[in-house]
Amino acid sequence: MGKVDRALVRDVGAVALAAGVVGVSFGALAVAAGMPVWMAVLMSVVVFAGGSQFVAVGMVAAGGSPVAAVLAGLLLNARHLPFGLVVADVLGRKWPMKLLGAHLMVDESVAFALAQRDPERRRAAYWMCGGLLFVGWNVGVVAGGWIGQTVGNPESLGLDAAFPACMLALLLPSLMAPKKQEEVVAGADAKATKARRVAVVGALIALAATPLLPAGLPVLLSILAVGVALR
Amino acid sequence: MTLLPILILALGTYGFRVAGPLLSERLRLSARVQDLMALATIAMLAALVATSTLVAQGGFAGGARAVGVLVGAVLAWRQAPFIAVVVVAAATAAGLRLMGMP
Repeated sequence: MGKVDRALVRDVGAVALAAGVVGVSFGALAVAAGMPVWMAVLMSVVVFAGGSQFVAVGMVAAGGSPVAAVLAGLLLNARHLPFGLVVADVLGRKWPMKLLGAHLMVDESVAFALAQRDPERRRAAYWMCGGLLFVGWNVGVVAGGWIGQTVGNPESLGLDAAFPACMLALLLPSLMAPKKQEEVVAGADAKATKARRVAVVGALIALAATPLLPAGLPVLLSILAVGVALR
Repeated sequence: MTLLPILILALGTYGFRVAGPLLSERLRLSARVQDLMALATIAMLAALVATSTLVAQGGFAGGARAVGVLVGAVLAWRQAPFIAVVVVAAATAAGLRLMGMP
């Protein structure tokens, strides 16, 4: 942890806290959908992938079959395979660490790791973000389950708006060219423009496909947006 | 939701997670493929934002959530602290619902 500075700890702390808030929202929604609190917590510990948990629970709550819910959740999590190829180096060479580190692979820990240049900082950022997020997320789910039983409707707290806002805040830096002088690399502008185009087209594909396809598929289908960057 | 689908989802998800590190020992990816994978990730995250903002149970999720996320987006764009983005987005949606917006 010698290479970790204050700014990184602060940023990771904020993200873990936000994950806790989203966890509260998941716990509350799961309970509202008729799930016992212990099951919502167990799901959050063993699945540990917020988006797929929301989708799976939401689909079952809306009357979908559990098979469709699991398939949609798995489709949504298929992105962890390419993630793993990108961050494999931060997991080290030892088997127990590799197996444990893989479970901490979430959008945020991957994003944080990729934002670091120095390999040691990359490793520290990944493990710290994944670990703190795991704690924040699960504590949040416990609290949310309790709130859900008490308050009733989590939408009255606006918690359903927290998840998309959280993802957007994480996504935004990769859509904008770095402004700081020392970070300006040749082609950073073109790269950001490309990323923006892919993001917009991906979002449109998913929205257009939503009325036609089961949940989970539209998000996976958005990969096709990479096509606009191929030219 | 019962225990079995949860466990299957957990096992499958872990399989995806652990496959990357296992495969990476066998194959080396070119810089171009890695760039495209990063873009695919961006596309999926953007799709996730769009659908979870606008869609609930196959229909429009209502104005309160959309405006809440939009306010959060503006804050994020102005580089407000992460936690502020999330809390203000939720508070905006809650406030609008309190005033009667669906």
